[in-house]
Amino acid sequence: MNDPAIAVDGLTKQFRGGTRALDGLSLRVSRGGIYALLGPNGAGKTTLIRILATLLRPDGGTALVAGHDVVAEAGRVRQLIGLAGQFAAVDDHLTGRENITMIGRLYGLTRRAATSRAAEILTRIGLDTAADRQVKTYSGGMRRRIDLAASLIGRPQVLFLDEPTTGVDPASRHDLWSLVRDLAADGTTVLLTTQYLDEADQLADRIAVIDHGRLLTEGTATELKDRTGAAVVELDLPPHQLDAAMTALQPLAPRRDRDRILLPAPDGPLTLRHAMGLLDQADLTPTDIALHGPTLDDVFLALTRHNTSRSARSTA
Amino acid sequence: MSAAAAYALGISRAAIHTGVITRRNLLANLRLPDVLILSTIQPVVFMLMFLYVFGGAIQTALPPAAHGQYINWLIPGILAQSAVFGSAPAAYGLHNDRTNGILDRFRSLPMARSAALTGRTLADLIRNTAILGLQLAVGITLGFRWHNGLTGLLSALGVALIFGFACSWLMAYLGLAVRNSEAIQAAIYMVVFPMTLTSSVFLPTQTMPGWLQAFAEHQPVTAAANALRGLTLGQGALPAGHTVTADALLAIAWAAGICAVFAPLAVRELRRGLD
Ligand SMILES: Nc1ncnc2c1ncn2[C@@H]1O[C@H](COP(=O)(O)OP(=O)(O)OP(=O)(O)O)[C@@H](O)[C@H]1O
Ligand SMILES: [Mg+2]
Repeated sequence: MNDPAIAVDGLTKQFRGGTRALDGLSLRVSRGGIYALLGPNGAGKTTLIRILATLLRPDGGTALVAGHDVVAEAGRVRQLIGLAGQFAAVDDHLTGRENITMIGRLYGLTRRAATSRAAEILTRIGLDTAADRQVKTYSGGMRRRIDLAASLIGRPQVLFLDEPTTGVDPASRHDLWSLVRDLAADGTTVLLTTQYLDEADQLADRIAVIDHGRLLTEGTATELKDRTGAAVVELDLPPHQLDAAMTALQPLAPRRDRDRILLPAPDGPLTLRHAMGLLDQADLTPTDIALHGPTLDDVFLALTRHNTSRSARSTA
Repeated sequence: MSAAAAYALGISRAAIHTGVITRRNLLANLRLPDVLILSTIQPVVFMLMFLYVFGGAIQTALPPAAHGQYINWLIPGILAQSAVFGSAPAAYGLHNDRTNGILDRFRSLPMARSAALTGRTLADLIRNTAILGLQLAVGITLGFRWHNGLTGLLSALGVALIFGFACSWLMAYLGLAVRNSEAIQAAIYMVVFPMTLTSSVFLPTQTMPGWLQAFAEHQPVTAAANALRGLTLGQGALPAGHTVTADALLAIAWAAGICAVFAPLAVRELRRGLD
């Protein structure tokens, strides 16, 4: 099948009280692989996930999941998806095993199938030793994992993870990442939201940056970085040399960032060598030098800053 | 698949899902031993309190069918009251399920929508059966005697449970309609206390002032209390002009009416997350 796992067209959603959470959003997520929705607080990530998971009805536009309309064929969509929401939705009084077995039964598995599948998933997410304890004794990270387990028991084709690693310690975060990679390797399409750029960078095959309910840009991490521009040379100098250095480096279009000078480096190492030559002539010595490609942080900040100032202007 | 077969499949699926969720709600009860113990003891304590506080004062107002014992008058009434109080967990439970995101999870599953509600009200019915049974047992130990045969007694228990089940649907609606955690308890109390206190649960309605009497005589908790009294003590315990059968049917009609109004409202509230 070549149709996309998720096809969103001109989706709008305005909440009562006037917030326009989605403002004509369109995206396409192809089958298999991991797709990240990146955006600041209030960007509309959760709203999009809730619409795709049939929990919320859009005001306009269409959304298809695995080829089925989320409004007209909501029942069919629910058979094909798994959802782990922004806050773990698990039952404190039940054990981890009881929680996911119950969800398995609600997906239509027989008792026996739900039990054996639950055992399999608990092992997979590394919770088998804690499985028979009540969830109220779990740590925050364990709760997230059991919540994720619950979303897996129905063997979803499309899995929605809303900020899966928020509030999770770095080690568990890496565990979750490798679990998500395994799932994708098994053919599940994963749509996740995150506010962490490194998470999108590490995990996602493609990334959509959204803000104010609109798509700002979309592509692979490399494409996004390329679009933002070339590499940068970063120079640290003693504070009293900064002005002199700015003058010396004038041919390379330097930019001051507090105690640091940044140079666009379209020629990479050659630009760096050129810069060093200019500083040498002026008898200036940097305390630290770095040459790096643009990070997703650069992309993200450039895009969302631009967007914020534009919308601030339009409302003014 | 034929339409009839699809329908049958839908029903059996709904039944399985209801069973799964009923079990989950009952387990949650058992896993909170302090709540379980307190919510079991509370109705018994209430009963003792009313028995000894009111008992002496109103001996004279009792109909002859009470055989001069307030406990005979009180037990059927208190069973009706407990059936009403025992429906409150539906409100708390569904409210918590919503705030914890569990209703959203259920709504994202390919499950029968209604099961989240029927699983709740059925669990409360089972819980209520245990509580009313215990209350009746304590009452019998303290001297309650029924005078209308075992069938009458069991029918009374049945009517109380049916009435409580209906109240669970009202509570389910309240739990979903009131979004604010602080307001929810007030909303429950505003239903439960006025309805039980202005009924014939504790005192015959003739002892109330005229304007209140008119309301008290015609409200559903009075209908339930009268039905239970008639079924346990016989027609002599009922106000003039009432018969046991008519009062039992009236209580069941109230229960059906409450379900007919509040079950659809509760389902609508469950769906309301969609906008
Ligand atoms: N039920 C609601 N009623 C009114 N406004 C809402 C509701 N849910 C979300 N919003 C608003 O819609 C906008 C988008 O919210 P959404 O939760 O989708 O953002 P998000 O990208 O998930 O943010 P976060 O990173 O903080 O989770 C926000 O301005 C939010 O205040
Ligand atoms: Mg969110």
